[in-house]
Amino acid sequence: MASGIKDKVAILGAGCSKFGERWDAGSPELMAEAFEEALADAGIERKDIQAAWFGCWGDSINVGNSSIPAAVALRLDGIPVTRVENMCGTGTEALRGAAYAVASGAVDIALAIGAEKLKDTGFGGLPPPFKGTFNDLWMPMGSAPAGFAQLADGYRTRYQVSKEDLKRAIGHVSWKSHQNGQYSPKAHFQKPVPMDKILNAPMIAEPLGLFDCSGVSDGSACVIVTTPEIAKSLGKKDIVTIKSLQISTSSGRETQLSDWDGATVPNTRTAIRKAYEEAGITKPQEQVSLTEVHDCFSITELVTMEDLGLSEDGQAVKDVLDGKFDRDGKIPCQIDGGLKCFGHPIGASGLRMAYEIYTQLQGKAGQRQLANPSLGVTHNLGGVPYQGIAAVSILGLL
Amino acid sequence: MTEFGITSFGAYIPRLRLERAAIAGAHRWMAPGLRGMGKGERSFCNWDEDTVTMGVEAARDALGEDDGASITAISFASTRSPYADLQPTAIMARPLGLSPSMRSFDSGYTQRAGTSGLLAALKSGEPTLFVASDEPKGKPASQQEMLYGAGAAAFVTGTENVAAKLIGSGTSISNFVDHFRDADADFDYSWEERWIRDEGYAKLIPAAVNEALSEAGLAIGDIDHFAMASMLRGGAAPIAKKLKFEGNVVSDLDGRCGYCGAAQAPLMLALALETAKPGEKILVVGFGQGADVLIFEVTDAIEKARPKRGVTGSLEAGYATQDYLRMLSFAGGIDVEWGMRSEKTAKTALTEQYRSRTQMDAFMAGECGECGTIQFPQLQYCARCHAPAEKFGDVSLRDAPAKVMTQTADWLSYYPSPPLYVGFIQFDNGARLQMEIVDVGPDGIDIGTPLDMVFRIKERDNQRGYNRYFWKAVPALAGGKA
Repeated sequence: MASGIKDKVAILGAGCSKFGERWDAGSPELMAEAFEEALADAGIERKDIQAAWFGCWGDSINVGNSSIPAAVALRLDGIPVTRVENMCGTGTEALRGAAYAVASGAVDIALAIGAEKLKDTGFGGLPPPFKGTFNDLWMPMGSAPAGFAQLADGYRTRYQVSKEDLKRAIGHVSWKSHQNGQYSPKAHFQKPVPMDKILNAPMIAEPLGLFDCSGVSDGSACVIVTTPEIAKSLGKKDIVTIKSLQISTSSGRETQLSDWDGATVPNTRTAIRKAYEEAGITKPQEQVSLTEVHDCFSITELVTMEDLGLSEDGQAVKDVLDGKFDRDGKIPCQIDGGLKCFGHPIGASGLRMAYEIYTQLQGKAGQRQLANPSLGVTHNLGGVPYQGIAAVSILGLL
Repeated sequence: MTEFGITSFGAYIPRLRLERAAIAGAHRWMAPGLRGMGKGERSFCNWDEDTVTMGVEAARDALGEDDGASITAISFASTRSPYADLQPTAIMARPLGLSPSMRSFDSGYTQRAGTSGLLAALKSGEPTLFVASDEPKGKPASQQEMLYGAGAAAFVTGTENVAAKLIGSGTSISNFVDHFRDADADFDYSWEERWIRDEGYAKLIPAAVNEALSEAGLAIGDIDHFAMASMLRGGAAPIAKKLKFEGNVVSDLDGRCGYCGAAQAPLMLALALETAKPGEKILVVGFGQGADVLIFEVTDAIEKARPKRGVTGSLEAGYATQDYLRMLSFAGGIDVEWGMRSEKTAKTALTEQYRSRTQMDAFMAGECGECGTIQFPQLQYCARCHAPAEKFGDVSLRDAPAKVMTQTADWLSYYPSPPLYVGFIQFDNGARLQMEIVDVGPDGIDIGTPLDMVFRIKERDNQRGYNRYFWKAVPALAGGKA
């Protein structure tokens, strides 16, 4: 019986570039920015890294295929570097590779780095991806917001929520993240936005308006992992360990079978159930201090609160509007601004989330520091709700 | 002698209609006179419709519940086939569920092709599905732009339950060039109307009519319905008068559709058949470098041969719009800024398309032999019980009842007619997939909206000029088929 990786891997250091429209930087510069911060934070040198995992989604507008671009950018001389791509779960997937390498005893110190340069396309939003020769024959050409927007219909049908109430709740999701963004100096968007502006923004994919959609940003984030013993031997205090790392990929059931009603993301539920088990968490609403979730769109965050068990099923609209996930609420969500305001350079996002939870647990989050957090959850959702990849990690103090 | 003739028929006219006043309004700065022609609406193809997709829908209407097993030939006529070298009937057969063991023959080159093709099918004596489909196009600010429309009609011929028999025909061909279109040209070049009326219609048509009447052993007074296609507005009535015809001059569809080129006479025949009584006689005239005249006698079988939708249902299914630039854009008449998203390649892997032909063309879902789950697409293993695909049986979703489960209007994607309506379509038989929803009218769509499936252009590859087809959903019309 597998025992999982709880407390077998510690975060030795983490780094994150400034996110945003980085007209001044390409992927190599962004990676270097995150990498140097992480090296300094870890108190090690480049040569101490024994293996690396590099996460990047869109190679056509980025650095090209394979792990070579990361190895060259960071001059990782001769060590094994692995390129991973799992849509928006890419960053967490990179962390999983590095963490498993340490947990297995194969290496002592490993690097996970994610980067995405989205603002070299010449337009807003994500480039339309190639779906494959077979899927192109029948799948509609819908955008990412069109895939996620449909959660609203599914949710409304199951819980008989009015269009207006749901719009107000998802509006609050974005309003809250903009409030948080102002205390996040590396965030893409750092200005609060009034509620009526959010509710009356131009429509992108009904019911999602402009402010219901996350930022499309350039950025890079990285985490250096090792064993708790080595972290201690290097003099680290308040050691943050990985309590669990779980990924769940859809087999296509939701899109093809009539069982799913469109009100949940089943893969998120599968991944978090396994993650809570691995971490030994039995009462998430009591035990989890904060979350960084995949708010690619506001409706996703609302549904995710139920999928993660942080709202009871059918209660997320009420909980959101009651401020349960605001910075002064019971379980703050997106304390750094989230994808919405910190930004969403796809391959970097999972590692940016880990960076924030780690920073909060170490008490180094400055103006946005929460009081005594002990356990944080990160959550990414790649693809679309009905055919996607849920990637979660749980980080906590040792 | 075994009876042979039309056993069923059907029609399709695009739901999109443009108010002619909107066209005239757009051109009033340079052609204020168009205002005088501004009555009514004309039909136009949605961005994803062409003569093939219209033809498929008309043929589905004609076939109804018939599986087409008795048909041994398929024929198509149009002056606007999508390709110079790619056969419409070969594209259409599988979406219609027809056997590949059949003769196919496509024709065009003249707006008379609709009647010539039908005549050839009837004279062949072979059970045939004949489809006439056309979308003649007029230059911006031309009278043709105002008066032309788009549509298709289809007829099945055979020996069982013949509803209309051909009892006489006459044709005269003549290089009378009322209009022409160069092989590479977008639009027709037309000569003066008065000449077409006086030297063309008034002289060429009566000669062919008399030939047909004589063959049938009838006089003009024996004819009940006179269906004459005319690219000139109101062109039929003077000819009927000249022929001393006193019966029903069949509507030219001008009010809600317009003149449909090679499909015009077939549509008018279909319209006449929708109301004709047993024993009545219909005289059909197709014109274009000469005239075809066909005389039909309607039989008792007509009541059962009438289609679900037909021309009448198609005319009613339209919804009027005022967006002249939308029609112009669909016709390629204006190159608007679609944004960089439109730069994504739309290249079709023809190898993959051929491998997947049964699924894509016939909209064939798989029914798992182990657990009975119906699923689209058919992948290697059942989505529920993981049984291998070899155990799947074929179930077409073409005519399967379906509803909207979830949907959205997507304003972000590149889409030639924004917004892109997309949603999960739940079929009553359990199949489910994400689909494009088109022809969403002013009533919009919502959770639970009933849908019909239509064969459409999935994506236009403007770089290579190849359009791939697939099925889409349209809001079902109240009380029947789209």
